[in-house]
Amino acid sequence: MAETVEHTAPAPGKQSSTFVTGTLRVIISFIVPVITFLALRWSFTYMRDADANKFLVAVVALIVGVGAVWALYIITDNLVSLLPEAVREGVRPFVFVGPALVILGVYLVFPVFRTAYLSFFDARSESFIGLENYTYIFTNPDMLGVLRNNIWWLIVVTSFVVGLGLVIAVMVDRVRWEAAAKTIIFIPMAISAVGASVIWKFIYSFQAPSRPQIGLLNAVVVALGGDPQGWLILQPWNNFFLMFIMIWILTGFAMVVLSSAIKGVPAELLEAARIDGATEIQSFFRVIIPSIRGTLITITTTVIIMVLKVFDIVFVMTSGQFNTQVIANRMFQEMFTFRNAGRASALAVILLIAVIPVMVYNVRGMRSGRSQR
Amino acid sequence: MSVTIQTSTKAGNDRLRQIFSGAPLRIAIITIALLWTIPTIGLLITSFRPPDDINSSGWWTVFQHPFEISQYTIQNYAEVLTAEGMGNAFINSLLVTIPAVVIPITIAAFAAYAFAWLEFPGRRFFFIVVIGLMVVPLQMALVPLLRLYVAADLNGTYLGVWLAHTGFGLPLAIFLFYGYISTLPAEILESAHVDGASPLTTFSRLVMPLSVPVIASFAIFQFLWVWNDLLVALVFLGTRKEVAVVTSRLSALIGDRGQDWHVLTAGAFITMFIPLIVFFSLQRYFVRGLTAGSVKG
Repeated sequence: MAETVEHTAPAPGKQSSTFVTGTLRVIISFIVPVITFLALRWSFTYMRDADANKFLVAVVALIVGVGAVWALYIITDNLVSLLPEAVREGVRPFVFVGPALVILGVYLVFPVFRTAYLSFFDARSESFIGLENYTYIFTNPDMLGVLRNNIWWLIVVTSFVVGLGLVIAVMVDRVRWEAAAKTIIFIPMAISAVGASVIWKFIYSFQAPSRPQIGLLNAVVVALGGDPQGWLILQPWNNFFLMFIMIWILTGFAMVVLSSAIKGVPAELLEAARIDGATEIQSFFRVIIPSIRGTLITITTTVIIMVLKVFDIVFVMTSGQFNTQVIANRMFQEMFTFRNAGRASALAVILLIAVIPVMVYNVRGMRSGRSQR
Repeated sequence: MSVTIQTSTKAGNDRLRQIFSGAPLRIAIITIALLWTIPTIGLLITSFRPPDDINSSGWWTVFQHPFEISQYTIQNYAEVLTAEGMGNAFINSLLVTIPAVVIPITIAAFAAYAFAWLEFPGRRFFFIVVIGLMVVPLQMALVPLLRLYVAADLNGTYLGVWLAHTGFGLPLAIFLFYGYISTLPAEILESAHVDGASPLTTFSRLVMPLSVPVIASFAIFQFLWVWNDLLVALVFLGTRKEVAVVTSRLSALIGDRGQDWHVLTAGAFITMFIPLIVFFSLQRYFVRGLTAGSVKG
C-alpha cells in the first residue's frame, strides 16, 4: 500500500466511484454480523434437534462467537483487498467499524425511534392515539404516585450515596486499616440487586409479636422495648427501606471513586490552607471540594442514571405493591401483565427524556476533549 | 477532627491531634463497616442452619456456641441446588455470561481501532452517536426488540440474550477501548505501516496485545453486569426452569417460597458466590472496570 493509514480517503476526481464505494461500505458492514448471526442460529437450531447438552452449547458458542467472528473480519478484509485500488482504501475502515454500527443500529438506534413512535399508539400498537398515554401517566393518581416515588428515590438515594460516600472517603483516609475498611464497604457492589434484596428482606422480616423475631431489625426493636413491625407494608416508610438497599449497594462505589480523587488533591494546596489558618472544615469545603468537583459531578450523574432505572429491588421486594411502585417496574408490568405496549413505551420515553441532559453533557465533554487532542 | 490528610504530612506535631480525634473516628468507621457486613454475614450463617432453627431463633444466637458443629447443616444447599433448580440455573448463568462477555469485546475492539486510527466519512458523527447511546436506558429497547425476537423465533434462546447483551454493552466497550487505543504511541503504529503491515495486521499484532489492560477492565465490568442482571434475563430468556439464570431463578423462589428462609438464603448465596470470588481475586481491575463502566445506561 502506498497511502498512509491516516490518508485513506478516496482520491479526488473519482466522483463516479463514490456511489460504488458507498454501496460497498454498506455491504461490507453487514457481512460479519449477518453471517455470524446465521451461523449461530443454524448451529443452535441444529443442536436443538440433536438435543445437545449444555456443555456443547457453550463450546459451540465460544467457537462461533470468538473464532468465527475473527475469521469473518479477516475474510472481509481479504475481500476488500481484492477490490480495485480506487475504492479499496475508502471501503476498508468499514470492515472494522461497520459490524459495530450495524449491531448498534439494530439493538439501540432502531428501538429508540420505534419505542418513541409506539408511545403514541394504543395497547396493541394498532391505532394512533396521540398523547393519550402521556396524559394518562401525568393525570392518573396511580401513575403520579409512581412518578413521585421515582423522584423520592432520586433525591434520597443520590444524596445519601454521594454524601455518605464522600464522608466515608474522608474518614477512612485517616486510619491505618484504610484498605480493609474500603473493601468491606465496597463488597455489596459485587452482588446482584436480587441477592441484596434477599439479604435485606431477611433483615426486615416480621413474625407475630408472640414469636421470636428472626429479622434483625425487628429483633433490635423488640430488644429496645418496641413492637415488631411489617416494615415492607408500613406506608410510606416502606419506600425508604427499599431505598436503603440501593444506598447500601452504591455507597462503597461512590466512596472508592471519591477517595481516589481526594488522594489526588495536591498536598501543597492543603498545606498552604493550613498555614493560612484554615480549619479542618474550611479546608474541606474550600480546598478539597473544589478540587474534586469534576469527580463529584461524574459520580452524581452516574448514581442518578442508576437510580432512575431502579427495577430489581422493587420487583423482588414488593413488586410495586403497598405504594412502592417505580417507573421501570411499572413499565415491566405494562409490558407483561397489562400487555399495554403504548404505555410501556411512554414510560420508557420518560426515562430517556430524564437522561438527555446527561447525554448532552457527555457529548459536549467529548467534543471539547477531542478538540484538545 | 484531625487536620491531617494522610497524603499531606506525617509530621510529628500532628500525631497528638490524631490520637485525640482517633477514637470517635474509629468508632464511626467500625460502625459503618459493621452495618455493611452484618447483613451479609447473617445471610451466610442462616444458609447453614436447619429450617426449624431459622424460624425459632435469630441467626445471631449461633454465637452462644459458635463452634458447636451440630447446629450447622449443608442440607439447604443440597435442596436449593437440586430440587429448586439452582444448580441448573448456575450452569445457565455461566452459559449466558461467558459469550455475552466475549462477543462484544472483539466487535468493539475492531470499531474502537477504526475510530482512533482510520479515516472514514462520518467518523465524528458515528462516535458522537456511540457516546450518546451509552446512557440510553435499555428500557427504550425492550418493546421493539421483544417483538423482533418473537418474529425471528429468538425469544427464550441463549443466542438472543447474548446478542442483546452484546448490543447493550457495545457503546461502553467502544468508548473505553477508544480511550485507550487512541493514546497508543503513533510512532509504533506508523512504523508498522511503513513496514508494510495492513490495518488488520497492525490491529491484531499490535493493538490487541497492547490493549489487554483495558480489555480486562471491560471484561470484569461486563461479567458482573451480565451475571447480576435480572431485567434482560426476564425479558428475553424468561423464567422457564430449564433456561432461567440464577437471578431470575432466585426471584422466582422469592415469589414461590417467600417465607422459606433456608431456601432463599442458600439460593442467594449461590448467586453471590462467583461475583465475590471475582471481587476478591481481581479487586484492582474490578475497581477500574466499575469506575470506567459507571456511565453505562
